[in-house]
Amino acid sequence: MSEEFKIEIVNPEKSFLVKEDALEVVVPAFEGEMGILKDHISIISFLKPGIIKVFSKSGDENYYVEDGIIEFKNNNLSILTSTIFSVKDLDKSKQGDLLKNAEEEASKTEISDQAKYLADQKVEVLRSIN
Amino acid sequence: MASLDDLKKRIASVKSTQKITKAMKMVAAAKLRKAQESAERGRPYSEKMNNIILNLSNGISDKENAPKLLSGTGEEKVHLCVVMTSDRGLCGGFNSNIIKKAKSYFSKILNEGKQLKIITVGSKGNDQLKRVYGDKIIENISFKESKNANYFDADKVGKMIIEKFEGGEFDICTIFYNQFKNVITQLPQAQQIIPLNNEEDENNSDDNYEFEPDEDEILGNLLPKNISTQIFKAMLENSASEQGSRMSAMDNATRNAGEMVDKLTIEYNRSRQAAITKELIEIISGAESL
Repeated sequence: MSEEFKIEIVNPEKSFLVKEDALEVVVPAFEGEMGILKDHISIISFLKPGIIKVFSKSGDENYYVEDGIIEFKNNNLSILTSTIFSVKDLDKSKQGDLLKNAEEEASKTEISDQAKYLADQKVEVLRSIN
Repeated sequence: MASLDDLKKRIASVKSTQKITKAMKMVAAAKLRKAQESAERGRPYSEKMNNIILNLSNGISDKENAPKLLSGTGEEKVHLCVVMTSDRGLCGGFNSNIIKKAKSYFSKILNEGKQLKIITVGSKGNDQLKRVYGDKIIENISFKESKNANYFDADKVGKMIIEKFEGGEFDICTIFYNQFKNVITQLPQAQQIIPLNNEEDENNSDDNYEFEPDEDEILGNLLPKNISTQIFKAMLENSASEQGSRMSAMDNATRNAGEMVDKLTIEYNRSRQAAITKELIEIISGAESL
């Protein structure tokens, strides 16, 4: 029996990634990292800033996301996100920009606890990519 | 009758206008392709978003305490209308179609004695609406600097709308835009985004989702995003429609200019001929009288 399922990542501009042969996907869900294998129960959750790890027959890939929603149903994983970058293509300057923005956001005092938490997450994840 | 010289000048001016409209048509055609592509590429996102929200709202247990963005404030006194138009003119009926649609909706609301607030996106809509509804316009946004519709701009508009909603400034929000069908047809649309209109009949799907965290929190997080997404979709559709509309308008203009040049040329030739004949007659009759 094959252990593959379909993954689709879309952002508002286009379909970012479609793969038919994903074996496992680890997503940074809001309440902690979550690994998804074939025949996972239908689930809807949303993401915090982090790394999506896609393990597939055709190779493993990592993506940095800042937010998003995931839906898994009938062995179809859909990830909707507005900010996504492939870690491979993320060069130093781009990463620096993102990190700077995140740090600025995290240093604000008037934001809500949740926003602060998310901004801290961003900083942490972006620093860890190096 | 116009003199030969005048006719010549007119022909030259019509020809140069034709050149301009032709160039604009070419530019619009090139831009249209890009805009159409991005409109089509953007569709999966908004469709998926819609699907998830539909599934979520079907699965929500406590309808009474559903987020206000979904269920509304319970009143419908103040209407907010977001009219999305272009920043540039010369695109045929594109802007006036939206305005017409919006105006008929406005008068309906005002006749019912409800309060109306307007946000215009794009300067052309503002120009046309401020004459009649100037006091109703609370905000005017224009994205002249950004070349293409991008999510960042849409998000700004979305956040502003949500802020106003949470501030209790309105009960119902409708957006007006042109849906791109093909190059010659664009359909002006009025879409209600707050509260969310579940037009699709409830397909009682029996798949039970697991939610993490719970539905309410997900919905609370998702609905504001959906607003931005819907606005972004409207922006993409609008920009494709604008280019399509401009292209066909400029195509018509080029054709009309061609017809005009033909007509003027015939007139020019005729008057030239008439002048020659007249001169000949004068010469002949002059010679005869000698």
